Amino acid sequence: MKVRILVRLKPGVLDPQGRAVHHSLDGLGFEGVEDVRIGRLIEMDVADNTSDEALNAMCEKLLANTVIEDFSIEKLAAQSEPV
Amino acid sequence: MAFTAAVITFPGSNCDRDMAVAIERVTGAAPVRLWHGDADLPSGLDFIALPGGFSYGDYLRSGAMAARSPIMRAVAQQAERGVAVLGVCNGFQVLTESGLLPGVLMRNANQRFVCRTVPLTVVNTTSPFTSGFAPGERVRIPIAHHDGNYFADEATLDALEGEDRVAFRYTEPCNGSQRDIAGVLSANGRILGMMPHPERAIEHAAHPAMGGSDGRRVFENVIESLVAA
Repeated sequence: MKVRILVRLKPGVLDPQGRAVHHSLDGLGFEGVEDVRIGRLIEMDVADNTSDEALNAMCEKLLANTVIEDFSIEKLAAQSEPV
Repeated sequence: MAFTAAVITFPGSNCDRDMAVAIERVTGAAPVRLWHGDADLPSGLDFIALPGGFSYGDYLRSGAMAARSPIMRAVAQQAERGVAVLGVCNGFQVLTESGLLPGVLMRNANQRFVCRTVPLTVVNTTSPFTSGFAPGERVRIPIAHHDGNYFADEATLDALEGEDRVAFRYTEPCNGSQRDIAGVLSANGRILGMMPHPERAIEHAAHPAMGGSDGRRVFENVIESLVAA
């Protein structure tokens, strides 16, 4: 199964990178951008029977630093067998 | 008064040689050099140093991969037994990522790599690393980092200050760190993580812009406290 993990800075944690990108967008003349925050997308192929607990543990132990980051786990459809 | 030190090298460490030289200059004995994949540390160590650099190319987050390498499990066990552990720069990032120290080192607030000698104020003066300093003493030690912006939640910061676990503060803000924290101690005071590089300030060089010798005192303090103990 394919799993998509989104790791984001917690609300309220300053994101200097997002701020710099916001500044650059302003500089390019794009109007109306109110805030930019940058996160990380991790895509994994895992065995179909991988438990939610295991996925959570992966995030908590390595993929996210929960001092400053939140994560969400999205399970995509199991890989279909080739026909 | 045998004093046994070890320096750990991760793939991408680049201050490990300087660290080893500093330890040898101050103690008179070369430290054991260890590799990240080693699962065991030699017995009888007094002091373990985690050097600066860009371990694993800063993949995922600075220090994140190194913190999960086999040798860090051994370091955690030794630290529990009271072996003194110093993490400098990337070594500090490895210590926070491994959970041995609280908080996290984020990208500098101004997004820039900062590389200069900065004034620090010594806060804690009871740990093995800082016992030879006077409270509030000003020292000068070089910094060189992109991810040195110390962050922890307010409760953690209050606890660190309440328990006298801030070792050094930047005298002037330089990277956005919460409460200008430059170095943090573990609850038992045996683990120190700091962004400034004491190993780059161990002798007076011909040019005044070069390093200075304030960093040498961090190593001298360790030896004095550990040998006296």
